[in-house]
Amino acid sequence: MDRVPVLTLGDVLLVSIQVDLEDQLALALQEDLSDRIVSTGARGVIIDITALDIVDSFVGRMLATIAAVSKVLDAETVVVGMRPAVAITLVELGLPLRGIRTALNVDLGLKLLRKTRIEAFAEPSADGRGGPAHDAPAAVDLP
Amino acid sequence: MDTETSARLSAVMVARRDAVLEKWTGSVRETMRGRLTKTELTRQLEDIYDALASAFGAGALTAESPAAADLLGLIADLSRLRARHGFTATETAISVFALKDALLDELDDSNATRLNDFVEFSLFVDKLGLHTFETYVNARDAVITEQSEQLLELSTPVVKLWDGVVAVPLIGTLDSARSQVVMERLLQMLVETGSPYAILDITGVPAVDTQVAQHILKTVMAAQLMGAQCIISGIRPQIAQTIVSLGIEFGEIVTKANLSDALQYALRASGVEIARPATRPATRPAL
Repeated sequence: MDRVPVLTLGDVLLVSIQVDLEDQLALALQEDLSDRIVSTGARGVIIDITALDIVDSFVGRMLATIAAVSKVLDAETVVVGMRPAVAITLVELGLPLRGIRTALNVDLGLKLLRKTRIEAFAEPSADGRGGPAHDAPAAVDLP
Repeated sequence: MDTETSARLSAVMVARRDAVLEKWTGSVRETMRGRLTKTELTRQLEDIYDALASAFGAGALTAESPAAADLLGLIADLSRLRARHGFTATETAISVFALKDALLDELDDSNATRLNDFVEFSLFVDKLGLHTFETYVNARDAVITEQSEQLLELSTPVVKLWDGVVAVPLIGTLDSARSQVVMERLLQMLVETGSPYAILDITGVPAVDTQVAQHILKTVMAAQLMGAQCIISGIRPQIAQTIVSLGIEFGEIVTKANLSDALQYALRASGVEIARPATRPATRPAL
């Protein structure tokens, strides 16, 4: 059976979907991805759908599921390379693909992942709670 | 029309050519009010007259007969030309119908067939008149189609404002066809330039109703699906009031009052800092 290849780029997994996704293939991809996230400790997943002419509700739900599963495993998912025609069709059909982050191309997808990670780390100190907690050990060490 | 009538008409037209042509040209010229030079008009009418005379000579009994094909071609050319030059339908039709009056005076009074000939001639010219109308309307339609296509091309430019920021200044009423073109152009441009920010400037849109808002929202959602953020700018006070009173929800879409604010937002969001150069101390050498 065909499988969609999953490439490792540093701590990001890159999946480029080149063929029409059928039920079996989609389920296999979902399994492969979650295995790989755990085994490589990846922090981000990029799914490239440049080659897809049609994104229907099935593919949409699969993308949402992958995003949710990755989120549970602490990896952000970004869908990249959606074609204009696909986007127009999805809007006309009223399928907004909730819960999926998107970027124009792989490059911007990587940037988005990097930015989210920086923000995630910056958050504790930004809202004031992280700051004192971080300073506390230093204060204990000093005397 | 029978062959004898057409032969008689042909004979009259050849014999009285100059007199009829002068009358015809004269009455057509009155309606043209100097928008066409006399030489040009005379040449056009002469061509048609001669074609008509030879059609009768060749035994054309109706306007559809093969002998009249040349004549119909000339008439079609004439009305196309008139349509392109902005003459009205009446002015164009008179160019043909005036021939009836011109010929009537020249028909032989003493001849018993005069009435019959004129009626037949009149029917023939009526056919030509219908053909004129047909061509005129078609030519006008072609002009309108061409122009609306050109308008569509002209009115939807996608411009790059900054590295990673593109803008579409929308001008004029947004209908389904136009918004479709705008949407496709914008999304294509996003892919080509890899710009994560797009600004839809609606300063030039005269009114926003639910339909227009729907189109704008669809464009914004499609751009978001592709991974770009859309900012709507150029919302005039009246339009803002209309939007609110119509109950249109823009939700999380960023809206700005003018293009400059939108650009500033996009730049800030993409991490570009804008600063005025600090006032420099007078480093210039004194003259």
